[in-house]
Amino acid sequence: MAEKKKKLLQGNEACAEGALYAGCRFYAGYPITPSTEVAEMLSVRLPKVGGKFIQMEDEIASIAAAIGGSIAGLKSLTATSGPGFSLKQEGIGFACMAEIPCVIVNVMRGGPSTGFPTGPSQSDVMQAKWGTHGDHPAVTLTPSTVQEILSETVRAFNLAERYRTPVAVLYDEIVGHMREPVVIPDPGELEVVDREGPTCSPEEYLPYDDRYDVPPFAPFKGEYRFHITGLNHKTDGFPTNDPAIIDWGNRKIVDKIEKNRESICENEAVYLDDASIGVFSYGSIGRSARYAVNEVRERGVKAGLLRPLTIWPFPDGAVSEMAENVKAIIVPEMNLGQMIHEVKRVVHGRCEVVGINRVDGEPIHPQQIIDIIERYS
Amino acid sequence: MAKRFEIRFSGSGGQGMILAGIIMAEAAAIYDDKNAVQSQSYGPEARGGASKAEVVISDGSIDYPKATKVDLMLALTQEASSKYSKDVKDGGIVLVDSDAVKEKPNGNFNVYSFPIIETARTELGKTIVANIMSLGMITELTNVVSHEAIEKAVLARVPPAFLELNKKALQIGFEKAKVLKAAS
Amino acid sequence: MSTPATAAKKKVPFDYSGYLRAGKLPHIWCPGCGHGIVLKSLLRAIDVSGFTKDQLCMVSGIGCSSRTPGYVDFKTLHTLHGRAFSYATGVKLANPELKVIVASGDGDALAIGGNHFIHTCRRNIDMTILVYTNYIYGMTGGQYSPTTPQGAMATTSRYGNIEPVFDTCELAKASGATFVARGTSYHCQELEKILLAAIKHKGTSVVEIIDQCPTYYGRQNKLRSATEMMEIFEKNGTVSVKQADRLPPEKVEGKLLRGILYQVERPEYCEEYDKLIEKVRGQ
Repeated sequence: MAEKKKKLLQGNEACAEGALYAGCRFYAGYPITPSTEVAEMLSVRLPKVGGKFIQMEDEIASIAAAIGGSIAGLKSLTATSGPGFSLKQEGIGFACMAEIPCVIVNVMRGGPSTGFPTGPSQSDVMQAKWGTHGDHPAVTLTPSTVQEILSETVRAFNLAERYRTPVAVLYDEIVGHMREPVVIPDPGELEVVDREGPTCSPEEYLPYDDRYDVPPFAPFKGEYRFHITGLNHKTDGFPTNDPAIIDWGNRKIVDKIEKNRESICENEAVYLDDASIGVFSYGSIGRSARYAVNEVRERGVKAGLLRPLTIWPFPDGAVSEMAENVKAIIVPEMNLGQMIHEVKRVVHGRCEVVGINRVDGEPIHPQQIIDIIERYS
Repeated sequence: MAKRFEIRFSGSGGQGMILAGIIMAEAAAIYDDKNAVQSQSYGPEARGGASKAEVVISDGSIDYPKATKVDLMLALTQEASSKYSKDVKDGGIVLVDSDAVKEKPNGNFNVYSFPIIETARTELGKTIVANIMSLGMITELTNVVSHEAIEKAVLARVPPAFLELNKKALQIGFEKAKVLKAAS
Repeated sequence: MSTPATAAKKKVPFDYSGYLRAGKLPHIWCPGCGHGIVLKSLLRAIDVSGFTKDQLCMVSGIGCSSRTPGYVDFKTLHTLHGRAFSYATGVKLANPELKVIVASGDGDALAIGGNHFIHTCRRNIDMTILVYTNYIYGMTGGQYSPTTPQGAMATTSRYGNIEPVFDTCELAKASGATFVARGTSYHCQELEKILLAAIKHKGTSVVEIIDQCPTYYGRQNKLRSATEMMEIFEKNGTVSVKQADRLPPEKVEGKLLRGILYQVERPEYCEEYDKLIEKVRGQ
């Protein structure tokens, strides 16, 4: 095989490359720092592959148009940052309820409110889970390198299409604006999942057919005519007030993700086999954590790292396993303590759980993690 | 852990510090086949304000993407020099523009002071290539990337009409740094 | 499916059943509400337009009129309050072969969806927008809207509304819509013709439809019946653009104009995007 060409890409550019690789052909967005480069690049690249790019009038319209594009049959993306992610929540809820695949990229910056637009944070991780109202499924991926932004964006599209649900990719300003050498995978090298269409006739088609966990989805094309609504609905898509059907609908959109939690959850484990101190860290801070673990290992300290690529659904199994073997789990986050609550829930008192938190717009330095590791070693 | 070499480019917005960082990272990662990470911090201004780009170069994987102990720092303004020279490592190098940085940074590092912008004006006719000239100086002072790699990286990033100008800027950078090194 | 077009010519009653979804009636609208009349005019216009049911996509937001898509046998999308235009923009741009019709109320289109409304008009994306103006938020129980007349009562203007109103048609025109018209549920045959022209228009066509909400607007404002409301607001409160020129000024003063108020040709968004693709790929 010919040697592949390495390119120095920015995280946001790698996101756009990943989207194109996954077959994304529709982008709707609104400019916001620090995510704008995703839109800029797709505005250039999408027309070249016959795809559609539109800059909408606001963030709400952007998620709405992206969902509309997906309903009409194109794999759709929108990218934003904190304030825009807040505005998009009602649309994300609609996509959960109506079971419309789409991908939302949130390049996290400091908040709340306008906060620190050019600085990083990890303070939207709970919003990614609970941001929209009502009970709903959440699938959220947290890449930590530029190469991973590409591959996780592809995986986000795959999960969105496979489970008919919105999927969020969360990374922070550091990785979003950072440049690293990236190898663009050849076609076929990464899995690309396409939406499953119906095999039945238009007359027999039920958009929410209860014989399936994830019913086939007929786009608004050709002869399939049906109804989509954000109201609680029956298998035929029409609204209902029937308590039993409301219960069925509310549970099934959550269950389809819960049932597949283990296959959706992906993690990187570093030295966890014999670790007596664990670090749970995601996104760009996962890199500080890996640096810290590698450094203390050179001095014989048995530290290990669990770095989830999927934070929602939460990797209960992997965290639980780690809790069995370590004295303490350190949770460094660029927020005032968000994922640590999930870690504590799973650990359930089996070991100490210690947070390291930073909200000054600077990344957590490896030395901060090393200091805490040494305190517990 | 693989050894890291950390470079910080600092100045004000519009001086091409981020572009210099990108070119240095490309020289290392694409043309010298090392690993490199380029990151930056910036304010809301497109022009003016303190601007900083960092490049970490290593033969191995690079976990922490930002500088830990800076091996070489470039400062084209007094503000950048004062603000960003704190974490230059012992024995490291600080290269400052002698006209802009009157108050030289203090630390256990070598300070090279040179009229970078003025030289770009007088010898190249354009201050805009001061960043490329700086890349030549940094390459000569550190040998962290090869002359060939930095030249390829520069030429791949500049518009065709300015190839010669930038090539010359790089060359002058090499030469000036050689003289600086010999004098110290 | 029956062929209502030919049936109409034979002067037998128009058969709506071919366009309505079986088993979805009765609708949710109150007795006396104008939305059902508008639906009939719309279906008759669609029948003449030549668009097939497979080609038609009806999108709506939230409100009484936004329930319309549920009853019609097209591709139908019932979205969020105010956002129908943006969902519709996504659908249309992703599949320009669809004929997209948006049903929205005055609150949906002009208040919560105001920004989406003006920008949709500005792009001139091929889409027919129906704004049902009944001066009130019906589904939430009678609050004042951007079209509630000054002085009128609503559950949130118990001392009389002090807010000025939007002129939907002027707003649409100023925003860039290339077809702007107004009809009423009272003048339902005229409305059918307006809707047909709107559907056939290439670009963003906006039709404001004055209709009545006897349940919430009427009762709060001492209007005893739907027919009384239709007389006041629709029959006597409007004048056809064709007649307006010939009438003395005092007969036109204070009345809303009916008919096609504005129509121009301007490049349509999806066609422009296709040209852009062609240009980029040709390079």
